[in-house]
Amino acid sequence: MTALVTLRNVTKSYVRGKQKVEVLHGIDLTIETGEFLALMGPSGSGKTTLLNLVAGLDQPTGGEVLVAGDRIDRLSRGNLSDWRARNIGFIFQFYNLLPVLTAEANIEVPLLLTNLSKAERRRRVQIALELVGLSDRARHKPNELSGGQQQRVAIARAIVSDPTLLVCDEPTGDLDRQNAEEIMNLLQALNRSQNKTIVMVTHDPKAAEYASRELHLDKGRLTNDTRRAA
Amino acid sequence: MKYFGLVWAGLWRKKTRTVFTMISIVIAFLLFGLLQGINQGFSSALSRLDVDRLYVSARTGMTDGMPISYLSRIRNVPGVRAVSMWAYFGGYYREARNPIPAFATDAVELMKVYKEIKIRPEYIEAMAKTRTGVLVSGPLAATHGWKVGDRVPIGTSIWTNKAGSNTWEFDIVGTFDAGAYGAGFPSFYLNYSYFDEARQFGAGEIHYYIVSLQDPKQAQRISREIDDMFANSSVETRTQTESALAQSQLKQFADINFIANAIVGAVLFTLLFLTANTMMQSVRERTSELAVLKTLGYSDTKVLILVLTESLLLCMFAAALGIALAALVFESPALQKLFGEFSMPLFVAAMGAGIAVLVAFISGFPPAWRARQLNIVDALAGR
Amino acid sequence: MKMFRQIGAVTAMNFRSLPQRLSTSLVIVIGIAGVVAVLVSVLAMSTGLIRTMENTGRDDRAIVMRNGSVAETSSALDRNSARLIVDGAGIKRDAKGEPILTAETFRILMLHKKADDTEVSAILRGVGPKVLEVRPELKIVAGRMFQPAVAEVIVGKSANAQFKGLNIGDVVSSRGANWTVVGVFETGGDAHESSLMSDAETLNSIDQRGAFQSVTALLESPTAFQTFKDSLSANPALAVDVVREREYYRQQSKTMTTIISVIAYVVGGIMAVGAVFAALNTMYSAVSARLQEIATLRALGFGSTAMVMSVLAEALVLALIGGVIGALLAWAFFNGNTVSTLGGGGGLGQLVFELSVSPQLMMFGVVWACIIGLIGGLFPALRAARLPVAMALRAV
Repeated sequence: MTALVTLRNVTKSYVRGKQKVEVLHGIDLTIETGEFLALMGPSGSGKTTLLNLVAGLDQPTGGEVLVAGDRIDRLSRGNLSDWRARNIGFIFQFYNLLPVLTAEANIEVPLLLTNLSKAERRRRVQIALELVGLSDRARHKPNELSGGQQQRVAIARAIVSDPTLLVCDEPTGDLDRQNAEEIMNLLQALNRSQNKTIVMVTHDPKAAEYASRELHLDKGRLTNDTRRAA
Repeated sequence: MKYFGLVWAGLWRKKTRTVFTMISIVIAFLLFGLLQGINQGFSSALSRLDVDRLYVSARTGMTDGMPISYLSRIRNVPGVRAVSMWAYFGGYYREARNPIPAFATDAVELMKVYKEIKIRPEYIEAMAKTRTGVLVSGPLAATHGWKVGDRVPIGTSIWTNKAGSNTWEFDIVGTFDAGAYGAGFPSFYLNYSYFDEARQFGAGEIHYYIVSLQDPKQAQRISREIDDMFANSSVETRTQTESALAQSQLKQFADINFIANAIVGAVLFTLLFLTANTMMQSVRERTSELAVLKTLGYSDTKVLILVLTESLLLCMFAAALGIALAALVFESPALQKLFGEFSMPLFVAAMGAGIAVLVAFISGFPPAWRARQLNIVDALAGR
Repeated sequence: MKMFRQIGAVTAMNFRSLPQRLSTSLVIVIGIAGVVAVLVSVLAMSTGLIRTMENTGRDDRAIVMRNGSVAETSSALDRNSARLIVDGAGIKRDAKGEPILTAETFRILMLHKKADDTEVSAILRGVGPKVLEVRPELKIVAGRMFQPAVAEVIVGKSANAQFKGLNIGDVVSSRGANWTVVGVFETGGDAHESSLMSDAETLNSIDQRGAFQSVTALLESPTAFQTFKDSLSANPALAVDVVREREYYRQQSKTMTTIISVIAYVVGGIMAVGAVFAALNTMYSAVSARLQEIATLRALGFGSTAMVMSVLAEALVLALIGGVIGALLAWAFFNGNTVSTLGGGGGLGQLVFELSVSPQLMMFGVVWACIIGLIGGLFPALRAARLPVAMALRAV
């Protein structure tokens, strides 16, 4: 198992007014390919910040971040965009679908950045839709779908470009029990059958049970690191 | 091009707002099309006028006449093809409320100078044979129900004839078609020889000499030569091309160009503000959506371009509608009667497109820039 | 009373939250300001023209022209006719018992505008010796009156301001004659101030014309007009038209004022429609932005009338501000500006007049603005009233 993500002595701080706030203190972390990692911790612990660093949405104040062999802490903003397009699939708590587009149009959005032909794009969208089990809802707009269905569209969008890493921020946070289970099952299936590496931030212990590894963060530092048997 | 769906969908996020903004843009460009269309129409109509015809009048004003003796001298200027002369008769039919733009002239020379006028040769001959003969335009004859062979009485408040009357009797010997000339060609011609003989005063007085040139490029030289010829005579002349004459007449009316531009300017400035506001609002509402696009890998620049494209689409689509409407208005039968053959010049449509692009950029840039500067993390966190 | 208190309370809330919607609200203000500014400016032209025309002429002055003349300049009266007119009934007589009238004749001059050198036609009016009695409003404000039998002219105040070469001492050439400018006159701000005056007999002899073109007579009283007119019509040797001076000038300028008014209303109308949609846009946004607030208020028991009124009030106030700004802009830029255009069917030459942005005109503009605001606010207001409360609250 190769290391997909390596963090070395990563720190992150913000300047709020005259105060300098340190959110992450010297994080060292390695994530292997095919891992399903759940990142947990109380609010304010810095877990979302850590997630953003791994996903290339933000850059560390200090330290190194290596993902898929790239030193993303050294990439410029423009190059970081390109890198994200090729390597990351992001899933949000509130789905963040574009309300004016249909489900399949939403899923196609990342593919517009590629050089694929229209036919090829269509094909991939259909595959993604099938994978999440929503082929019959392709033409529906987000406001015509339930919360669980919207999240599944979001997942389809996240995997359509076959990213190296799936990053999720509280994916079940806005769902009821039944839908949450469906989503977690889907994610687990993606991890096990497609060997997708997933990093998930959650505060729901039930959701964390689906992961293969649990990491706790408190006040910007890693505590508790538990690996689960598959 | 593949981004079209994305951009177009972005426009319709708030349907009512987009529709209202579009309507405002349509109306602004409708006004633009109408005003500029009329403005350009006047300019192009003026420039289309013949440059191979010159009008000679007294320098102090058209109503001050020139002696008839000038005719042969003008005719002998090299490069002159033919010379016709007009003495203003200006009467009315039955009542002063039906004015007739009538001129006394030599019919043969007249038709030589105005070669585009269609007339039967036998009519011109008839004029020479009938002292009291007159030629009238087809439309004028139709208006009053005149036919060739009719005798018509024309009243005038200026010219008393030697018989002591202010009503002159004329015989219609022919009609002509001035369609090729366009609007503005006088519609009633009497024989100068008869007029000069019968008028009580002002004998030998001509108001316009119309000169037809062999080569239009000689217009400047010949104009100058004619005016120089009479520089020290009792009546000094001023010679202009047909279009220069029309232009100066128009300018007396109003500086149409200025008025049209001023109004359009005010309207477009207001529009700029409206569109900018709409775009800014739209971007502000979609902060999280734009952030998501960025997480998906859309670069800052790409997002800027997307917003600008949206602004462009909005403005160009609505502007095209507005100008198309204006073009339709110009084709309407009511206006066709007023202005004659008049279509919206292509130039105006092109100008409109250019302005639409400008408005799109100016109003779209601040929101586009805002979208570009959006920080993903802050935007997603709702800050 | 409860209604008014409700309306007052909601409207106050609306305005307190206005700063958050500043740029959207500015859209109405600026849009309407633009419409009103343009409308008022163009109408100021026709108002100015009408004002100049209305000032011209008195009810107790009549103009006599040849039968069928369209204007004084295209009329022709011979000496015989002029003598017969003198005997007309109802003409006021001076201390010596002579009738107060002037027999006049005209010349068209080509002058150049000071502003852009455009060549325009102006009127040189030859007047009779009794002109100062016929027109007591004529006052020489600079230089002196012209003398008879000499080629001298006096120029009107507006003509002097708008055209080149009309200062005292300048010479105006026409048909070989050289007229020296010896004075500037004013006639109370009417059409005559755009013209030049000289002695009629002098003008006739220089131009070798035997006849006059019109006669202007001062009547005993405005009511003497009919007597005067009848006495002339009854005379078989005369073929003349008699018209009140005021009426004459009004007729001359009718085409022009109509054209200007039509342009003003067409352009203004189109702009107003555009402004209505801009207003609709703004007010709909205003309502959308405060859906929660509105729904909460309604749930708390505020009536729908209060909601409608408050939205309308907001639209109205914004429109009012825009209208006032627009009217003031028009006033600042154009009031008092002199423009010149063809006064009428050739009978008036180039007419110089002041644009007058009168208080009535500004009021008119503001009313227009309010109407736009009301229409633009109506539909959003109704929406605020009919909003399903439950749905709006759920959006929280």
